[in-house]
Amino acid sequence: MASGEQNGRGIEAEALVREFKNGPRAVDGIDLRVEEGEIYGFLGPNGAGKSTTVLMLTTLLPPTEGTARVAGFDVVREGPRVRASIGAALQEAALDPLLSGSEHMRLQTALHGLDKAERKARSAELLERVGLSQAAERKVGGYSGGMRRRLDLALALVHRPRILFLDEPTTGLDIQSRTALWEEVSRLASEEGVTVFLTTQYLEEADALAGRVGIIDHGHIVAEGTPAELKAEIGRPTVEAVPRERADRERLAAVLERFGAAAGAPPEAAAARLESGEAELAEVVRALDAEGIAIERLQLHAPSLDDVFLAKTGRSLEGASEDEPAEAEGGTSETVGAS
Amino acid sequence: MSGGHLRTQVGQLARRSVLRTLRQPAQIVPALVFPLFLLAVNSNGLAQATNLPGFPTSSYLTFALAVPFMQGALFSVMNTGTDLARDIETGFLNRLALTPLRGAALFSGLLAGSVVLGFVQAATYLTVGLIAGAELVTGVPGALTIVALAVSITVAFGTIGLFAALRTGSGEAVQGLFPMFFVFLFISAMALPLDLIQTDWFRKVATVNPVTYLLEAFRSLLFEGWELDKLALGFGIAGMVLLVGMLAASRALKTRLVRT
Repeated sequence: MASGEQNGRGIEAEALVREFKNGPRAVDGIDLRVEEGEIYGFLGPNGAGKSTTVLMLTTLLPPTEGTARVAGFDVVREGPRVRASIGAALQEAALDPLLSGSEHMRLQTALHGLDKAERKARSAELLERVGLSQAAERKVGGYSGGMRRRLDLALALVHRPRILFLDEPTTGLDIQSRTALWEEVSRLASEEGVTVFLTTQYLEEADALAGRVGIIDHGHIVAEGTPAELKAEIGRPTVEAVPRERADRERLAAVLERFGAAAGAPPEAAAARLESGEAELAEVVRALDAEGIAIERLQLHAPSLDDVFLAKTGRSLEGASEDEPAEAEGGTSETVGAS
Repeated sequence: MSGGHLRTQVGQLARRSVLRTLRQPAQIVPALVFPLFLLAVNSNGLAQATNLPGFPTSSYLTFALAVPFMQGALFSVMNTGTDLARDIETGFLNRLALTPLRGAALFSGLLAGSVVLGFVQAATYLTVGLIAGAELVTGVPGALTIVALAVSITVAFGTIGLFAALRTGSGEAVQGLFPMFFVFLFISAMALPLDLIQTDWFRKVATVNPVTYLLEAFRSLLFEGWELDKLALGFGIAGMVLLVGMLAASRALKTRLVRT
């Protein structure tokens, strides 16, 4: 493993294991390397081991085996130094409903040892940055989910951490709140050089935010790379079509399957994974025309991270998540026309 | 960590604890109303007990006024423990664990709410009791000592609440302790002085029950005068409970907070 000097602001883990008493290995020998200033997306369904990994890396849970260094410090032997270097917004926004936003900031800045003059200025700056200045004096019990998450993020930043852990930061948020949080996380990494370790079960979140993604399933990292690399590994795009006449759906499916294996599609549509890539799309259109099948809509889906997950685990991420439904898949799609 | 930083931590956590207590009328009101209600019922229903030969005062209200201070302390167990259990359940304790927070600061801060509640309770019970006609032979210094003893007992019992919360991590489990503590109160010299309890087993249990001596410390100030041995025993028991409670809670905190 590299020393702290080699990756002083990043995260490194080697053969990290966490085994619970009478339970399964929640994390089963994972290796990680997150460079400073990078946003690393840790993607997986509920129960995959994401949060357990975060708890170990933030020193809140000792590993059963293996080693990890965060900001150059060993998470077992140098816990206080790790904690001084990191900020964390854990899975549930742990806030006191009886305190106001500014009272939370006051408590957090004081516990982190900021001097009296700096506490007020830092609190005001962060509340402004997350858009909570107007609501600062309101009790948190009356905040929306998005406001709670933004306050949680502000609290994690009071001591200017070099590394930020965000454990499913947008779960349950509406799209506006989610987008606002993404923008702030991106800004932290690009403008302030903060290293971000982000767990998520939302493919689009990992796709939009992360420079690199690790996919974890049953405690193992099953794939790792940039979203583009991972999708390229899968390679094949999906073509999906809706016939103008519903009765033509079976014939449509048969034509599409000449170009690749059938893929999941809504009941009124048919889809296939193109064996030879998107260059085949023109052939597909010609074949449909030759069969006389009128098409209402034709779409080409680029490979998504869900396809990667499916390829690596044999399951869709959406189906693998038992407690909370995953959001829409993160692949881009392009409508190419109708015939 | 500097001493100044530790003081800041204690101060800020104490501030939070006090704010939480003041913002939860459901914590304060029952702790004030129920003991006074029971005082009213008992002092009326058992007034004839003062006719027993050897009863130490002619006012059963004065004799019974010691009991609300103990009942108030029992409410403190529940409130302090429930607050900490909620912090564990919501993950707020993990948030605190990620700061350079010391365990001593956490406990001191949490118990600050008990101090405030204990003070308000004791002042209210004493004021209502005196207005209703109870005696206080030791005057203003005695009143201050009663409040000090009540606050000490409230804080000491609060550590038991902290321990229970850290061990179980459940507010419901902490609240489940409440009836058990009330049993300790009932099998003490709550209703009669020790030497007037006729049932042999009850007297033996009450004799070894520390609650009896906490009640006697209050009673000495109310109608006997400055009985230093009784006061020393009362404050000593409170100190002992505080020490044992703190040690137990510290151990439980180490188990609960497995941060490296």
